[in-house]
Amino acid sequence: MTDTAISASGLRKAFKDKVVLDGIDLDVGTGTVFSLLGPNGAGKTTTVNVLTTLVRADGGTVRVAGHDVATEGKAVRAAIGVTGQFAAVDELLTGRENLQLMVDLNPGRTGRRTVAELLERFDLVEAAGKSVSTYSGGMRRKLDLAMTLVGDPRIIFLDEPTTGLDPRSRRTMWSFVRELVADGVTVFLTTQQLDEADQLADRIAVLDQGHIVAQGTSEELKRQMPGTHVRLRFGTAAELDAAARVLADSTRDEEALTLRVPGDGRTTSLRALLDRLDEYAISAEEFSVHTPDLDDVFLALTGHTTEHTTEVVAK
Amino acid sequence: MKSQSMVMLRRNFKHVARNPVTVMNAVIMPAFVMVMFVYVLGDAFSVGVDYVDYATPGLMLLAVCYGLGSVATSVNSDMTKGIINRFKVMDVSRSAVLNGHVIASLLTNLLAIAALVGVAFLLGFRPSASLLDWLGVVALIVLLGLAAGWLTVAMGLAAKSPESAAMAALPLVLLPFFSSAIVPAEKMGQGVRQFAEYQPFTPIIETLRGLLNGAPAAGDAIAAIAWCVGFGLVGYLWARSTFTKRA
Repeated sequence: MTDTAISASGLRKAFKDKVVLDGIDLDVGTGTVFSLLGPNGAGKTTTVNVLTTLVRADGGTVRVAGHDVATEGKAVRAAIGVTGQFAAVDELLTGRENLQLMVDLNPGRTGRRTVAELLERFDLVEAAGKSVSTYSGGMRRKLDLAMTLVGDPRIIFLDEPTTGLDPRSRRTMWSFVRELVADGVTVFLTTQQLDEADQLADRIAVLDQGHIVAQGTSEELKRQMPGTHVRLRFGTAAELDAAARVLADSTRDEEALTLRVPGDGRTTSLRALLDRLDEYAISAEEFSVHTPDLDDVFLALTGHTTEHTTEVVAK
Repeated sequence: MKSQSMVMLRRNFKHVARNPVTVMNAVIMPAFVMVMFVYVLGDAFSVGVDYVDYATPGLMLLAVCYGLGSVATSVNSDMTKGIINRFKVMDVSRSAVLNGHVIASLLTNLLAIAALVGVAFLLGFRPSASLLDWLGVVALIVLLGLAAGWLTVAMGLAAKSPESAAMAALPLVLLPFFSSAIVPAEKMGQGVRQFAEYQPFTPIIETLRGLLNGAPAAGDAIAAIAWCVGFGLVGYLWARSTFTKRA
């Protein structure tokens, strides 16, 4: 066994004539958390589907747990667990029955965790006898992850594990991911949220329209990002022009009549900015302070916002 | 492999048991249609024989088709919610997953037919079939149930959403009405009559009718078996390839 749990090089995939993945290179070390960050339609789910043998790539090589996904699918599947984008739980069964189903389908595996242990660990003991259709979104996600852990996989894929969850359930999911990592499990996580990748991942790759546009640790990526900035919206183009002349390092958006002024978020620099506007008798209609989010990362890395990426339904 | 099939089948049975509304719908609706046509409207149809004897074979076929919408929906929700992907990653065999759905569908069919035949007897159904004829009836219904089941499972796998899956199965539910199920084809209007005479369900119904009320015509029986085998094969191959391709 090498230190690499997942590696991909030159991975390509197209659905009909729509290119979804256009030459992806990845390298995920054993026992680390790797996050694939990108907006809807960037190709995150397709990447997960290829890495987990569900979809065959058009080109490139992928090795998971030391096995080629194209030729040794069975060996790959034996080493991995996958929690998909939607909680893949059986609504008509109870939580306990869902777990039992996984155990029944997994007879050959060693280190099998018992149903009771998993219910305990994921705080589902009380709800175990209830039909999953009565579960909240957070409970479904927990059950989904518990089902993935039956069979004790050493590499786990989590496709947007917290999308649609409330902040508290998100934090609960994060703590389960950290527990897994503490047990030495390799986690491949996709997300649309910068803070989630920041919280969990050792390394982050930013995916945009089938290309990896940046890769590195959270710190390395943040260095490439714009910092905190102030956004000013004006009533007329003339006012925008005047303000842009006064504030030298700002960037303007003609359509929205907004001006984006980099800053450090401190009160002194804010006061200086407002004083300067005052000095030239310019007043803005609206004023807001922004901290970087996925949109800013995208703008910085690709020159366009996430909204330009269209949704691709990968069927 | 065999034990996987059992696990999947047990799951499908639990679904049926936990979803009584669906089963009730599949079992009670055909019986209701029977009461409607035979008891309420029956005297208005003159078909040469006692109407209950005429209508029962056609309604048996209707009973098979009626439950298909829910089969398509349940297969599709397995597909679109990622449950099938989960099974695939666990290396659960394709046939285990698909067989479970088809067998559960077939057993729901048989339950519906049993209820329907029970109601028919209460309404004065007096078939002249021998034990061998009855075995023929059961065999043809099982064949039809398997064919319709595979076709429906394939449609459920291929559909984009549970709603469109139910829509895809709708023609199978409506087709019996444009056959000799309710009235003989020769009593229908121009155009519909030709369609009813040549559509696949008519020879199946005529074979059932023949078995129940005397000797069936060999031509009908061969056509009936050929249609069932053909549909079944198309559904089977389509379902298997969709299962493999779609993720």
